[in-house]
Amino acid sequence: MSLDTGYPAGALLQPKLSAAPTPAPAADPAPVLAERPLGLAETLYNIPTLRKTLILVLLAAAWQLYASRLNNPLLFPTFGATLEALFDGIESGALLTRASFTLKILLTGYGGGIVLATLLTGIAIGSRLGNDLLETLTAMFNPLPAIALLPLALLWFGLGNGSLIFVLVHSVLWPVALSTHAGFKSVSTTLRMVGRNYGLSGPRYVTQILIPAAFPSILSGLKNGWAFAWRTLIAAELVFGVSSGSGGLGWFIYENKNQLEIPSVFAGLLTVILIGLAVENLIFRTIETRTVRRWGMHV
Amino acid sequence: MSQPLLDVRDVTLQYKTSERLVTATNRVSFQIRTGDRFVLLGPSGCGKSTLLKAVGGYIAPVAGEIRLAGVPIRKPGPDRVMVFQEFDQLLPWKTVKENVKFALTASRTLGDKEAEERALHYIAKVGLAKFADSHPHTLSGGMKQRVAIARGMAMEPQILLMDEPFAALDALTRQQMQDELLRLWDDTHFTVLFVTHSIPEAVKLGNRILLLSAHPGRVRDLIESDGSDRVDDSGQLLSERIHRQLFDNPTEREEAFHVA
Repeated sequence: MSLDTGYPAGALLQPKLSAAPTPAPAADPAPVLAERPLGLAETLYNIPTLRKTLILVLLAAAWQLYASRLNNPLLFPTFGATLEALFDGIESGALLTRASFTLKILLTGYGGGIVLATLLTGIAIGSRLGNDLLETLTAMFNPLPAIALLPLALLWFGLGNGSLIFVLVHSVLWPVALSTHAGFKSVSTTLRMVGRNYGLSGPRYVTQILIPAAFPSILSGLKNGWAFAWRTLIAAELVFGVSSGSGGLGWFIYENKNQLEIPSVFAGLLTVILIGLAVENLIFRTIETRTVRRWGMHV
Repeated sequence: MSQPLLDVRDVTLQYKTSERLVTATNRVSFQIRTGDRFVLLGPSGCGKSTLLKAVGGYIAPVAGEIRLAGVPIRKPGPDRVMVFQEFDQLLPWKTVKENVKFALTASRTLGDKEAEERALHYIAKVGLAKFADSHPHTLSGGMKQRVAIARGMAMEPQILLMDEPFAALDALTRQQMQDELLRLWDDTHFTVLFVTHSIPEAVKLGNRILLLSAHPGRVRDLIESDGSDRVDDSGQLLSERIHRQLFDNPTEREEAFHVA
Protein backbone atom coordinates (compact mmCIF):
# COMPACT_ATOMS: atom_id res chain seq x y z
CA MET A 1 0.00 0.00 0.00
CA SER A 2 1.42 3.38 -0.87
CA LEU A 3 0.72 6.57 1.00
CA ASP A 4 1.66 8.94 -1.74
CA THR A 5 -0.15 11.97 -0.43
CA GLY A 6 2.69 14.29 0.45
CA TYR A 7 1.74 14.07 4.11
CA PRO A 8 3.73 12.15 6.69
CA ALA A 9 1.77 9.07 7.60
CA GLY A 10 0.95 10.25 11.11
CA ALA A 11 -0.25 13.62 9.95
CA LEU A 12 -2.59 12.00 7.52
CA LEU A 13 -4.07 9.63 10.03
CA GLN A 14 -4.50 12.11 12.83
CA PRO A 15 -7.09 14.49 11.29
CA LYS A 16 -8.93 11.59 9.71
CA LEU A 17 -9.43 9.98 13.05
CA SER A 18 -10.66 13.08 14.81
CA ALA A 19 -12.87 14.09 11.93
CA ALA A 20 -14.56 10.71 11.68
CA PRO A 21 -18.30 11.36 11.80
CA THR A 22 -20.05 9.78 14.73
CA PRO A 23 -22.54 7.23 13.43
CA ALA A 24 -26.10 8.36 13.82
CA PRO A 25 -27.80 6.08 16.32
CA ALA A 26 -31.30 4.71 15.91
CA ALA A 27 -31.31 5.67 12.24
CA ASP A 28 -31.12 2.07 11.15
CA PRO A 29 -34.31 1.42 9.19
CA ALA A 30 -34.06 -2.38 9.33
CA PRO A 31 -33.36 -3.42 12.94
CA VAL A 32 -31.09 -6.45 13.33
CA LEU A 33 -32.84 -9.51 14.71
CA ALA A 34 -31.55 -10.33 18.20
CA GLU A 35 -32.19 -13.99 17.64
CA ARG A 36 -33.97 -16.31 15.30
CA PRO A 37 -34.69 -20.01 15.46
CA LEU A 38 -32.37 -22.23 13.42
CA GLY A 39 -33.76 -23.75 10.24
CA LEU A 40 -34.81 -27.39 10.16
CA ALA A 41 -31.69 -28.54 8.29
CA GLU A 42 -29.41 -26.76 10.73
CA THR A 43 -31.24 -28.19 13.75
CA LEU A 44 -30.98 -31.73 12.40
CA TYR A 45 -27.34 -31.28 11.50
CA ASN A 46 -26.64 -30.30 15.11
CA ILE A 47 -27.68 -33.72 16.42
CA PRO A 48 -24.52 -35.87 16.67
CA THR A 49 -26.40 -39.17 16.59
CA LEU A 50 -28.06 -38.15 13.36
CA ARG A 51 -24.74 -37.19 11.78
CA LYS A 52 -23.22 -40.51 12.83
CA THR A 53 -26.22 -42.46 11.55
CA LEU A 54 -25.77 -40.73 8.23
CA ILE A 55 -22.14 -41.89 8.12
CA LEU A 56 -23.20 -45.45 8.93
CA VAL A 57 -25.81 -45.42 6.18
CA LEU A 58 -23.24 -44.15 3.68
CA LEU A 59 -20.74 -46.83 4.73
CA ALA A 60 -23.35 -49.55 4.43
CA ALA A 61 -24.31 -48.27 0.98
CA ALA A 62 -20.66 -48.25 -0.10
CA TRP A 63 -20.23 -51.78 1.23
CA GLN A 64 -23.32 -52.99 -0.58
CA LEU A 65 -22.28 -51.32 -3.83
CA TYR A 66 -18.71 -52.60 -3.76
CA ALA A 67 -19.66 -56.15 -2.77
CA SER A 68 -22.32 -56.51 -5.43
CA ARG A 69 -19.91 -55.24 -8.09
CA LEU A 70 -17.21 -57.61 -6.82
CA ASN A 71 -19.75 -60.41 -6.92
CA ASN A 72 -17.66 -62.86 -4.88
CA PRO A 73 -19.69 -63.91 -1.83
CA LEU A 74 -16.89 -66.22 -0.68
CA LEU A 75 -14.48 -63.35 -0.17
CA PHE A 76 -16.74 -60.41 0.53
CA PRO A 77 -20.49 -60.87 0.97
CA THR A 78 -22.87 -57.96 0.51
CA PHE A 79 -24.26 -55.94 3.39
CA GLY A 80 -27.67 -57.44 2.66
CA ALA A 81 -26.37 -61.01 2.85
CA THR A 82 -24.58 -60.23 6.13
CA LEU A 83 -27.76 -58.79 7.62
CA GLU A 84 -29.66 -61.82 6.45
CA ALA A 85 -27.12 -64.15 8.09
CA LEU A 86 -27.32 -62.05 11.25
CA PHE A 87 -31.11 -62.33 11.41
CA ASP A 88 -30.96 -66.03 10.58
CA GLY A 89 -28.45 -66.53 13.35
CA ILE A 90 -30.63 -64.67 15.81
CA GLU A 91 -33.77 -66.45 14.65
CA SER A 92 -32.28 -69.93 14.86
CA GLY A 93 -30.86 -69.04 18.25
CA ALA A 94 -27.34 -70.10 17.29
CA LEU A 95 -25.85 -66.62 17.51
CA LEU A 96 -27.61 -65.83 20.77
CA THR A 97 -26.48 -69.04 22.47
CA ARG A 98 -22.93 -68.38 21.37
CA ALA A 99 -23.08 -64.78 22.55
CA SER A 100 -24.53 -65.73 25.91
CA PHE A 101 -21.85 -68.42 26.29
CA THR A 102 -19.16 -65.81 25.66
CA LEU A 103 -20.76 -63.29 27.99
CA LYS A 104 -21.06 -65.83 30.80
CA ILE A 105 -17.36 -66.66 30.64
CA LEU A 106 -16.58 -62.98 30.33
CA LEU A 107 -18.54 -62.02 33.43
CA THR A 108 -16.92 -64.80 35.45
CA GLY A 109 -13.45 -63.69 34.43
CA TYR A 110 -14.28 -59.99 34.82
CA GLY A 111 -15.71 -60.56 38.28
CA GLY A 112 -12.74 -62.65 39.33
CA GLY A 113 -10.33 -60.02 38.06
CA ILE A 114 -12.11 -57.28 39.96
CA VAL A 115 -12.16 -59.26 43.20
CA LEU A 116 -8.43 -59.92 42.92
CA ALA A 117 -7.73 -56.30 42.00
CA THR A 118 -9.68 -55.17 45.07
CA LEU A 119 -7.69 -57.49 47.31
CA LEU A 120 -4.40 -56.39 45.82
CA THR A 121 -5.12 -52.66 46.11
CA GLY A 122 -6.42 -53.28 49.62
CA ILE A 123 -3.04 -54.74 50.56
CA ALA A 124 -1.32 -51.93 48.68
CA ILE A 125 -2.98 -49.09 50.58
CA GLY A 126 -2.56 -50.96 53.83
CA SER A 127 1.23 -51.12 53.86
CA ARG A 128 4.30 -49.80 52.15
CA LEU A 129 5.49 -53.27 51.19
CA GLY A 130 2.08 -54.06 49.72
CA ASN A 131 2.32 -50.86 47.74
CA ASP A 132 5.69 -51.94 46.34
CA LEU A 133 4.30 -55.39 45.59
CA LEU A 134 1.41 -53.95 43.56
CA GLU A 135 3.68 -51.54 41.73
CA THR A 136 6.17 -54.26 40.81
CA LEU A 137 3.50 -56.73 39.73
CA THR A 138 1.56 -54.24 37.61
CA ALA A 139 4.78 -52.98 36.04
CA MET A 140 5.62 -56.56 35.09
CA PHE A 141 2.28 -57.91 33.97
CA ASN A 142 0.48 -54.89 32.55
CA PRO A 143 2.60 -54.81 29.37
CA LEU A 144 2.13 -58.56 28.84
CA PRO A 145 -0.83 -59.21 26.53
CA ALA A 146 -3.08 -61.69 28.31
CA ILE A 147 -3.47 -63.79 25.18
CA ALA A 148 0.25 -64.62 25.34
CA LEU A 149 -0.51 -66.67 28.44
CA LEU A 150 -3.00 -68.87 26.61
CA PRO A 151 -0.51 -71.65 25.71
CA LEU A 152 0.54 -71.90 29.35
CA ALA A 153 -3.06 -71.75 30.50
CA LEU A 154 -3.93 -74.63 28.17
CA LEU A 155 -1.10 -76.64 29.66
CA TRP A 156 -2.21 -75.92 33.24
CA PHE A 157 -5.99 -75.95 32.95
CA GLY A 158 -6.59 -77.97 29.79
CA LEU A 159 -8.92 -77.28 26.89
CA GLY A 160 -11.79 -75.71 28.73
CA ASN A 161 -13.34 -72.71 30.38
CA GLY A 162 -10.69 -72.75 33.09
CA SER A 163 -8.05 -71.61 30.63
CA LEU A 164 -10.29 -68.87 29.24
CA ILE A 165 -11.09 -67.58 32.70
CA PHE A 166 -7.42 -67.60 33.70
CA VAL A 167 -6.50 -65.48 30.71
CA LEU A 168 -9.47 -63.16 31.31
CA VAL A 169 -8.61 -62.60 34.97
CA HIS A 170 -5.13 -61.70 33.89
CA SER A 171 -6.42 -59.21 31.33
CA VAL A 172 -8.71 -57.48 33.87
CA LEU A 173 -6.68 -57.62 37.06
CA TRP A 174 -3.73 -55.42 36.12
CA PRO A 175 -5.41 -52.47 34.44
CA VAL A 176 -8.08 -52.31 37.16
CA ALA A 177 -5.56 -52.61 39.99
CA LEU A 178 -3.32 -50.04 38.38
CA SER A 179 -5.92 -47.33 37.95
CA THR A 180 -7.65 -48.01 41.26
CA HIS A 181 -4.34 -47.69 43.04
CA ALA A 182 -3.47 -44.52 41.12
CA GLY A 183 -6.91 -43.15 42.03
CA PHE A 184 -6.40 -43.81 45.74
CA LYS A 185 -2.98 -42.23 45.68
CA SER A 186 -4.25 -39.06 44.04
CA VAL A 187 -6.95 -38.36 46.64
CA SER A 188 -6.12 -34.86 47.87
CA THR A 189 -4.56 -34.28 51.29
CA THR A 190 -7.38 -31.89 52.14
CA LEU A 191 -10.04 -34.55 51.57
CA ARG A 192 -8.06 -37.05 53.61
CA MET A 193 -7.78 -34.56 56.46
CA VAL A 194 -11.50 -33.79 56.24
CA GLY A 195 -12.28 -37.50 56.56
CA ARG A 196 -10.08 -37.91 59.61
CA ASN A 197 -11.44 -34.70 61.12
CA TYR A 198 -14.88 -36.26 61.34
CA GLY A 199 -13.49 -39.35 62.99
CA LEU A 200 -13.39 -41.69 60.00
CA SER A 201 -10.78 -44.45 60.02
CA GLY A 202 -10.30 -47.98 58.72
CA PRO A 203 -13.02 -49.41 56.46
CA ARG A 204 -15.35 -46.42 56.99
CA TYR A 205 -12.60 -44.09 55.81
CA VAL A 206 -12.00 -46.25 52.74
CA THR A 207 -15.66 -46.57 51.78
CA GLN A 208 -16.74 -43.01 52.60
CA ILE A 209 -13.71 -41.04 51.44
CA LEU A 210 -11.17 -42.99 49.40
CA ILE A 211 -13.43 -44.99 47.10
CA PRO A 212 -15.77 -42.14 46.08
CA ALA A 213 -12.86 -39.72 45.72
CA ALA A 214 -11.01 -42.21 43.54
CA PHE A 215 -14.14 -43.25 41.64
CA PRO A 216 -13.29 -41.51 38.35
CA SER A 217 -10.05 -43.52 38.16
CA ILE A 218 -11.76 -46.70 39.32
CA LEU A 219 -14.44 -46.34 36.65
CA SER A 220 -11.94 -45.74 33.90
CA GLY A 221 -10.03 -48.81 35.13
CA LEU A 222 -13.22 -50.87 34.94
CA LYS A 223 -13.83 -49.58 31.42
CA ASN A 224 -10.32 -50.44 30.32
CA GLY A 225 -10.55 -53.83 31.99
CA TRP A 226 -13.77 -54.52 30.14
CA ALA A 227 -12.26 -53.53 26.79
CA PHE A 228 -9.20 -55.71 27.36
CA ALA A 229 -11.31 -58.65 28.52
CA TRP A 230 -13.67 -58.48 25.55
CA ARG A 231 -10.86 -58.40 22.99
CA THR A 232 -8.89 -61.09 24.80
CA LEU A 233 -11.82 -63.44 25.06
CA ILE A 234 -12.78 -63.25 21.40
CA ALA A 235 -9.15 -63.81 20.44
CA ALA A 236 -8.81 -66.76 22.82
CA GLU A 237 -11.99 -68.33 21.46
CA LEU A 238 -10.63 -68.07 17.96
CA VAL A 239 -7.63 -70.16 18.98
CA PHE A 240 -9.78 -72.73 20.66
CA GLY A 241 -13.24 -72.50 21.99
CA VAL A 242 -14.82 -75.84 21.70
CA SER A 243 -15.41 -77.49 24.96
CA SER A 244 -18.00 -80.19 25.30
CA GLY A 245 -19.70 -79.25 22.05
CA SER A 246 -20.40 -75.61 22.82
CA GLY A 247 -18.41 -72.53 22.03
CA GLY A 248 -18.53 -68.79 22.08
CA LEU A 249 -18.71 -66.03 19.49
CA GLY A 250 -15.06 -66.37 18.52
CA TRP A 251 -15.58 -70.01 17.83
CA PHE A 252 -18.73 -69.21 15.84
CA ILE A 253 -16.63 -67.01 13.56
CA TYR A 254 -13.89 -69.60 13.20
CA GLU A 255 -16.29 -72.45 12.57
CA ASN A 256 -18.22 -70.57 9.88
CA LYS A 257 -15.02 -69.63 8.13
CA ASN A 258 -14.12 -73.32 7.96
CA GLN A 259 -17.52 -74.09 6.47
CA LEU A 260 -17.14 -71.17 4.06
CA GLU A 261 -20.26 -69.50 5.46
CA ILE A 262 -18.68 -66.09 4.97
CA PRO A 263 -21.86 -64.02 5.54
CA SER A 264 -22.10 -65.70 8.94
CA VAL A 265 -18.48 -64.78 9.66
CA PHE A 266 -19.41 -61.17 8.99
CA ALA A 267 -22.54 -61.54 11.08
CA GLY A 268 -20.40 -62.87 13.94
CA LEU A 269 -18.02 -59.92 13.67
CA LEU A 270 -20.97 -57.54 13.61
CA THR A 271 -22.30 -59.13 16.79
CA VAL A 272 -18.93 -58.66 18.50
CA ILE A 273 -19.01 -54.98 17.57
CA LEU A 274 -22.63 -54.54 18.64
CA ILE A 275 -22.14 -56.11 22.07
CA GLY A 276 -18.97 -54.08 22.65
CA LEU A 277 -20.76 -50.88 21.69
CA ALA A 278 -23.79 -51.69 23.81
CA VAL A 279 -21.74 -52.28 26.96
CA GLU A 280 -19.66 -49.17 26.45
CA ASN A 281 -22.50 -46.84 25.49
CA LEU A 282 -25.35 -48.18 27.57
CA ILE A 283 -23.77 -49.50 30.74
CA PHE A 284 -20.61 -47.49 31.24
CA ARG A 285 -22.00 -44.26 29.77
CA THR A 286 -25.00 -44.47 32.10
CA ILE A 287 -22.82 -45.03 35.16
CA GLU A 288 -20.66 -42.13 34.07
CA THR A 289 -23.49 -39.63 33.65
CA ARG A 290 -25.07 -40.66 36.94
CA THR A 291 -21.86 -40.37 38.95
CA VAL A 292 -18.69 -38.73 37.73
CA ARG A 293 -20.39 -36.22 35.43
CA ARG A 294 -23.04 -35.29 37.95
CA TRP A 295 -20.34 -34.68 40.54
CA GLY A 296 -18.22 -32.60 38.17
CA MET A 297 -15.33 -35.03 38.65
CA HIS A 298 -14.76 -36.16 35.06
CA VAL A 299 -11.29 -35.52 33.74
CA MET B 1 -8.73 -16.97 86.07
CA SER B 2 -10.57 -20.05 84.95
CA GLN B 3 -8.96 -22.70 82.80
CA PRO B 4 -8.45 -21.61 79.15
CA LEU B 5 -10.34 -23.55 76.46
CA LEU B 6 -7.21 -24.22 74.43
CA ASP B 7 -3.85 -24.25 76.13
CA VAL B 8 -0.78 -24.36 73.90
CA ARG B 9 2.32 -24.63 76.04
CA ASP B 10 5.94 -24.47 74.84
CA VAL B 11 5.09 -26.25 71.62
CA THR B 12 7.89 -27.10 69.23
CA LEU B 13 6.82 -28.56 65.90
CA GLN B 14 8.98 -30.19 63.28
CA TYR B 15 8.26 -31.75 59.95
CA LYS B 16 10.37 -33.56 57.40
CA THR B 17 10.66 -32.72 53.74
CA SER B 18 12.50 -35.11 51.44
CA GLU B 19 15.74 -33.22 52.11
CA ARG B 20 15.63 -31.72 55.58
CA LEU B 21 14.05 -31.60 58.98
CA VAL B 22 12.29 -28.26 59.39
CA THR B 23 11.53 -26.72 62.76
CA ALA B 24 8.26 -24.93 62.13
CA THR B 25 7.69 -23.43 65.58
CA ASN B 26 9.94 -23.12 68.58
CA ARG B 27 8.44 -23.15 72.10
CA VAL B 28 5.23 -21.34 71.22
CA SER B 29 2.68 -20.75 73.97
CA PHE B 30 -0.74 -19.14 73.94
CA GLN B 31 -4.14 -19.56 75.54
CA ILE B 32 -7.55 -19.23 73.94
CA ARG B 33 -10.68 -18.44 75.95
CA THR B 34 -14.17 -19.54 75.04
CA GLY B 35 -15.69 -17.09 72.56
CA ASP B 36 -12.32 -15.79 71.36
CA ARG B 37 -11.66 -14.88 67.78
CA PHE B 38 -8.00 -15.74 68.05
CA VAL B 39 -5.78 -14.99 65.06
CA LEU B 40 -2.37 -16.45 64.29
CA LEU B 41 -0.64 -13.86 62.12
CA GLY B 42 2.77 -14.00 60.55
CA PRO B 43 4.74 -14.15 57.30
CA SER B 44 5.04 -17.41 55.40
CA GLY B 45 7.36 -19.77 57.19
CA CYS B 46 6.28 -18.75 60.68
CA GLY B 47 4.64 -22.12 61.23
CA LYS B 48 1.11 -20.79 61.71
CA SER B 49 -0.51 -23.44 59.50
CA THR B 50 1.59 -26.18 61.08
CA LEU B 51 0.49 -24.92 64.48
CA LEU B 52 -3.14 -25.09 63.39
CA LYS B 53 -2.63 -28.66 62.15
CA ALA B 54 -1.12 -29.56 65.50
CA VAL B 55 -4.20 -28.18 67.26
CA GLY B 56 -6.24 -30.19 64.77
CA GLY B 57 -4.35 -33.28 65.92
CA TYR B 58 -2.68 -34.04 62.59
CA ILE B 59 0.86 -33.37 63.84
CA ALA B 60 2.23 -34.27 67.25
CA PRO B 61 4.53 -31.73 68.93
CA VAL B 62 8.12 -32.84 69.52
CA ALA B 63 8.10 -30.79 72.71
CA GLY B 64 5.39 -29.10 74.73
CA GLU B 65 1.72 -29.91 74.95
CA ILE B 66 -1.61 -28.82 73.56
CA ARG B 67 -4.68 -29.24 75.74
CA LEU B 68 -8.30 -28.69 74.81
CA ALA B 69 -10.42 -28.11 77.91
CA GLY B 70 -7.70 -29.75 79.96
CA VAL B 71 -7.42 -32.87 77.79
CA PRO B 72 -4.23 -33.39 75.75
CA ILE B 73 -4.79 -33.51 71.98
CA ARG B 74 -3.63 -36.76 70.42
CA LYS B 75 -5.49 -37.18 67.14
CA PRO B 76 -8.00 -35.40 64.88
CA GLY B 77 -11.50 -35.29 66.21
CA PRO B 78 -14.88 -33.66 65.62
CA ASP B 79 -14.49 -31.39 68.67
CA ARG B 80 -12.04 -29.32 66.57
CA VAL B 81 -13.34 -28.78 63.05
CA MET B 82 -10.99 -27.53 60.37
CA VAL B 83 -12.01 -25.18 57.57
CA PHE B 84 -9.38 -25.21 54.84
CA GLN B 85 -8.33 -22.78 52.18
CA GLU B 86 -8.76 -25.34 49.40
CA PHE B 87 -12.12 -25.56 47.66
CA ASP B 88 -11.82 -29.34 47.40
CA GLN B 89 -12.51 -29.73 51.11
CA LEU B 90 -16.12 -30.41 50.12
CA LEU B 91 -16.88 -33.94 48.99
CA PRO B 92 -17.71 -33.45 45.30
CA TRP B 93 -19.98 -36.50 45.19
CA LYS B 94 -22.30 -35.09 47.83
CA THR B 95 -24.71 -32.16 47.57
CA VAL B 96 -24.39 -29.13 49.84
CA LYS B 97 -26.86 -30.62 52.30
CA GLU B 98 -25.25 -34.06 52.19
CA ASN B 99 -21.84 -32.51 52.82
CA VAL B 100 -23.01 -30.88 56.03
CA LYS B 101 -25.01 -33.95 57.00
CA PHE B 102 -22.05 -36.21 56.31
CA ALA B 103 -19.97 -34.42 58.93
CA LEU B 104 -22.68 -34.92 61.54
CA THR B 105 -23.40 -38.56 60.78
CA ALA B 106 -19.84 -39.72 60.05
CA SER B 107 -18.71 -38.35 63.40
CA ARG B 108 -21.78 -39.97 65.01
CA THR B 109 -22.73 -36.59 66.44
CA LEU B 110 -26.37 -36.90 65.41
CA GLY B 111 -28.75 -39.43 63.92
CA ASP B 112 -29.94 -39.14 60.35
CA LYS B 113 -33.04 -37.06 61.00
CA GLU B 114 -31.58 -34.57 63.45
CA ALA B 115 -28.53 -34.25 61.22
CA GLU B 116 -30.74 -33.27 58.31
CA GLU B 117 -32.52 -30.62 60.37
CA ARG B 118 -29.35 -29.15 61.74
CA ALA B 119 -27.68 -29.20 58.31
CA LEU B 120 -30.54 -27.24 56.78
CA HIS B 121 -30.48 -24.80 59.69
CA TYR B 122 -26.81 -23.93 59.22
CA ILE B 123 -27.04 -23.89 55.43
CA ALA B 124 -29.79 -21.30 55.78
CA LYS B 125 -27.57 -19.36 58.21
CA VAL B 126 -24.89 -18.92 55.55
CA GLY B 127 -27.56 -17.98 53.01
CA LEU B 128 -27.40 -21.06 50.81
CA ALA B 129 -30.84 -22.55 51.47
CA LYS B 130 -31.63 -22.41 47.76
CA PHE B 131 -28.53 -24.42 46.92
CA ALA B 132 -28.98 -27.23 49.45
CA ASP B 133 -29.41 -29.79 46.69
CA SER B 134 -26.65 -28.53 44.40
CA HIS B 135 -23.34 -30.30 43.94
CA PRO B 136 -20.25 -28.31 44.94
CA HIS B 137 -18.87 -28.02 41.39
CA THR B 138 -21.84 -25.86 40.43
CA LEU B 139 -21.06 -23.29 43.15
CA SER B 140 -18.67 -20.32 43.12
CA GLY B 141 -15.57 -20.25 45.30
CA GLY B 142 -17.17 -18.03 47.91
CA MET B 143 -20.21 -20.27 48.10
CA LYS B 144 -18.03 -23.35 48.56
CA GLN B 145 -16.25 -21.70 51.47
CA ARG B 146 -19.64 -20.80 52.95
CA VAL B 147 -20.65 -24.47 52.79
CA ALA B 148 -17.40 -25.42 54.52
CA ILE B 149 -18.10 -22.86 57.25
CA ALA B 150 -21.68 -24.11 57.60
CA ARG B 151 -20.34 -27.65 57.90
CA GLY B 152 -17.88 -26.59 60.57
CA MET B 153 -20.48 -24.62 62.51
CA ALA B 154 -23.06 -27.38 62.27
CA MET B 155 -20.69 -29.63 64.18
CA GLU B 156 -20.89 -27.05 66.99
CA PRO B 157 -17.30 -27.87 67.88
CA GLN B 158 -15.48 -26.58 70.93
CA ILE B 159 -13.26 -24.64 68.58
CA LEU B 160 -13.38 -23.88 64.86
CA LEU B 161 -9.98 -23.98 63.16
CA MET B 162 -9.73 -21.85 60.02
CA ASP B 163 -6.65 -22.10 57.80
CA GLU B 164 -6.68 -18.98 55.59
CA PRO B 165 -10.18 -19.86 54.40
CA PHE B 166 -10.58 -16.70 52.31
CA ALA B 167 -7.11 -16.55 50.78
CA ALA B 168 -8.14 -18.13 47.49
CA LEU B 169 -11.08 -15.75 46.95
CA ASP B 170 -11.16 -12.49 44.97
CA ALA B 171 -10.88 -9.27 47.00
CA LEU B 172 -14.56 -8.41 46.88
CA THR B 173 -15.77 -11.84 47.90
CA ARG B 174 -13.13 -12.01 50.61
CA GLN B 175 -14.48 -8.83 52.20
CA GLN B 176 -18.04 -10.11 52.04
CA MET B 177 -16.98 -13.36 53.67
CA GLN B 178 -15.14 -11.55 56.46
CA ASP B 179 -18.25 -9.48 57.21
CA GLU B 180 -20.35 -12.59 57.13
CA LEU B 181 -18.06 -14.46 59.49
CA LEU B 182 -18.31 -11.58 61.98
CA ARG B 183 -22.10 -11.56 61.62
CA LEU B 184 -22.19 -15.31 62.28
CA TRP B 185 -19.96 -14.83 65.29
CA ASP B 186 -22.26 -12.11 66.67
CA ASP B 187 -25.02 -14.65 66.33
CA THR B 188 -23.52 -17.66 68.11
CA HIS B 189 -20.22 -16.55 69.70
CA PHE B 190 -18.35 -19.67 68.64
CA THR B 191 -14.65 -19.92 69.47
CA VAL B 192 -12.44 -19.66 66.43
CA LEU B 193 -8.74 -19.98 65.78
CA PHE B 194 -8.00 -18.22 62.52
CA VAL B 195 -4.75 -18.37 60.55
CA THR B 196 -3.89 -15.60 58.10
CA HIS B 197 -0.92 -13.76 56.64
CA SER B 198 -2.95 -10.61 55.95
CA ILE B 199 -2.64 -7.86 58.57
CA PRO B 200 -5.92 -6.12 57.63
CA GLU B 201 -7.77 -9.42 57.84
CA ALA B 202 -6.28 -10.14 61.25
CA VAL B 203 -7.19 -6.68 62.57
CA LYS B 204 -10.71 -6.92 61.21
CA LEU B 205 -11.54 -10.45 62.36
CA GLY B 206 -9.60 -11.06 65.55
CA ASN B 207 -10.21 -9.90 69.07
CA ARG B 208 -6.77 -11.21 69.98
CA ILE B 209 -3.90 -11.50 67.53
CA LEU B 210 -0.78 -13.56 68.10
CA LEU B 211 2.17 -12.27 66.08
CA LEU B 212 4.66 -14.90 64.97
CA SER B 213 8.09 -14.40 63.45
CA ALA B 214 9.50 -16.78 60.89
CA HIS B 215 12.23 -19.44 60.65
CA PRO B 216 11.46 -20.89 63.11
CA GLY B 217 8.11 -19.56 64.30
CA ARG B 218 8.32 -17.76 67.62
CA VAL B 219 5.83 -15.58 69.46
CA ARG B 220 6.50 -11.84 68.95
CA ASP B 221 3.53 -10.34 70.71
CA LEU B 222 -0.10 -10.79 71.64
CA ILE B 223 -2.31 -7.89 70.63
CA GLU B 224 -5.92 -7.05 71.40
CA SER B 225 -8.06 -5.67 68.61
CA ASP B 226 -11.58 -4.29 68.50
CA GLY B 227 -11.72 -4.68 64.74
CA SER B 228 -11.63 -0.97 63.92
CA ASP B 229 -7.87 -0.44 63.28
CA ARG B 230 -7.75 2.82 65.31
CA VAL B 231 -4.82 5.07 66.17
CA ASP B 232 -3.53 4.10 69.61
CA ASP B 233 -1.56 5.93 72.34
CA SER B 234 1.69 5.63 70.41
CA GLY B 235 0.13 7.58 67.56
CA GLN B 236 0.00 4.86 64.93
CA LEU B 237 -2.67 2.66 63.43
CA LEU B 238 -2.89 -0.83 64.87
CA SER B 239 -2.12 -2.36 61.49
CA GLU B 240 0.96 -0.15 61.16
CA ARG B 241 2.16 -1.15 64.59
CA ILE B 242 1.71 -4.84 63.75
CA HIS B 243 3.46 -4.33 60.47
CA ARG B 244 6.45 -2.68 62.15
CA GLN B 245 6.63 -5.43 64.74
CA LEU B 246 6.50 -8.22 62.21
CA PHE B 247 8.90 -6.78 59.71
CA ASP B 248 11.64 -4.73 61.32
CA ASN B 249 13.85 -6.22 58.67
CA PRO B 250 13.59 -3.88 55.63
CA THR B 251 13.80 -6.52 52.85
CA GLU B 252 10.93 -8.42 54.33
CA ARG B 253 8.94 -5.21 54.56
CA GLU B 254 8.98 -4.87 50.78
CA GLU B 255 7.12 -8.08 50.17
CA ALA B 256 4.74 -7.51 53.02
CA PHE B 257 2.13 -4.90 52.09
CA HIS B 258 0.28 -7.28 49.94
CA VAL B 259 -3.17 -8.76 50.01
CA ALA B 260 -5.55 -6.41 51.72
